[in-house]
Amino acid sequence: MRRLTARSLMLGGLVTLLALVAFLAIRTQAHDNGIPWFLRTAHDFNGRLWSGLFSAQRTPPKKGAPAATKPRVNGLLGIEAPIDVRTWRLRVYTEDKLVKTLPLAGLKLLPQTNTATQFYCIEGWSTQFSYAGVKFSEFMKSVGIGGQYKYVGLETPDGKYYVSVDLDSMMHPMTLLAFEMNEQPLSNDNGAPLRLIIPIKYGIKSLKRIGTIRFSNTRPPDYWAERGYDWYSGL
Amino acid sequence: MDKVYRLMNIITMGQTTPTSPPEPEIALKHRRASRWFHWTNFPLLALMIWSGILIYWANDIYHIDAGDYRLKFFPRGWYTALGLDHRLAEGMAWHFFLQWFFVLNGVAYVAYTVFSGEWRQLVPRRGTFRDAWLVVLHDLHLRKTPPPQPQKYNGAQRILYTLIIFFGVFSTLTGYVMFKPVQLYWLRELLGGYETARFLHFWLAVGYVLFFVLHVVQVARAGWNNFRAMVSGYEVK
Repeated sequence: MRRLTARSLMLGGLVTLLALVAFLAIRTQAHDNGIPWFLRTAHDFNGRLWSGLFSAQRTPPKKGAPAATKPRVNGLLGIEAPIDVRTWRLRVYTEDKLVKTLPLAGLKLLPQTNTATQFYCIEGWSTQFSYAGVKFSEFMKSVGIGGQYKYVGLETPDGKYYVSVDLDSMMHPMTLLAFEMNEQPLSNDNGAPLRLIIPIKYGIKSLKRIGTIRFSNTRPPDYWAERGYDWYSGL
Repeated sequence: MDKVYRLMNIITMGQTTPTSPPEPEIALKHRRASRWFHWTNFPLLALMIWSGILIYWANDIYHIDAGDYRLKFFPRGWYTALGLDHRLAEGMAWHFFLQWFFVLNGVAYVAYTVFSGEWRQLVPRRGTFRDAWLVVLHDLHLRKTPPPQPQKYNGAQRILYTLIIFFGVFSTLTGYVMFKPVQLYWLRELLGGYETARFLHFWLAVGYVLFFVLHVVQVARAGWNNFRAMVSGYEVK
């Protein structure tokens, strides 16, 4: 009995030691954008798995909020400086080439969509609102860009906040370049004059006050992915 | 292991040299697979709760109100004292990595329990609830007579060891609702929506901690022979 117990304890101790070494090794290994590369690999593995299972048919609950309710504001990264909406232009790039410059009025000529969503924050809370604008897929059609690019990068005019999203998710029917929330023009803190609303991703991807949109086959930089968060962040 | 066991029996039956002292009679209690599942689950669940707290910190909305008193989960000072604040990204990275192993170990355990037939010793059956009540009375020193234990586990154990599996199942399901609320829309609706899933996920985690406390107290009370059986597999009769 004593021998049995000793043997089991020794084996258990050894395995515990190995597990502890593995845990500490992961914690102390080189970081890939804010987290150990092993965990980054796990994020990317989960991302690839779920982008493979991704269906654009799936939509978040279409729950709105009463008109003119003030949508929740959770951060002002990249939109702190004042902006003159009249001189604002949307700049569109394919790779590094500027292909189009658009005023807000130009966008408003495109077919408009009005919908509502439950919207999920990476912090854990969710909120509901209605929003209106132009489907990103419509916008792509209007600027003559098809599905030849893998990624879309968006940036605020000051370049302080930037995200990138896979093209499939950008083509989702509820992904909008929005200029209204809860039936009111966007407030400054909600991203006037034009923002992205992509409810199939965490809120961190729904960039406010879009300055540039870039279509690319290399993944454009992503603010939060550089700070340890999952790049895919698909819901 | 079986060879050793047979050898031990031979020894205890006195078929070896009469000079060796009599060994106690031992019996297999927990099979190797169960022990591995159990001890693999322990650190995994601990790390899932730890990384879960790192995530929960970012939006810690739950509390219990008792009259004017509010027990907040958790007080700000509690996070800072334990260094659990401002680590959302790290928490998510660990949580979504380790969940694979936590879920796979749990699925393997349930499959093993079903196919080995060990589920019969674990699931509640007729009379289990009455037995469990007698266990509670006895353990609280309200009743002298020991509760009936005709098999491996008493009524209270049958209930809790089965319940904790359902905790695992619901933690996984509610976790996946939060992880992919759009793609797994059917599961989200089945479980009452995203906010409900989050609420359940949190309180299930609290449930594990309470289970752990009770489990450790009971194991300590049961003594070394019982604990040793979860390590070596064998108990002394």
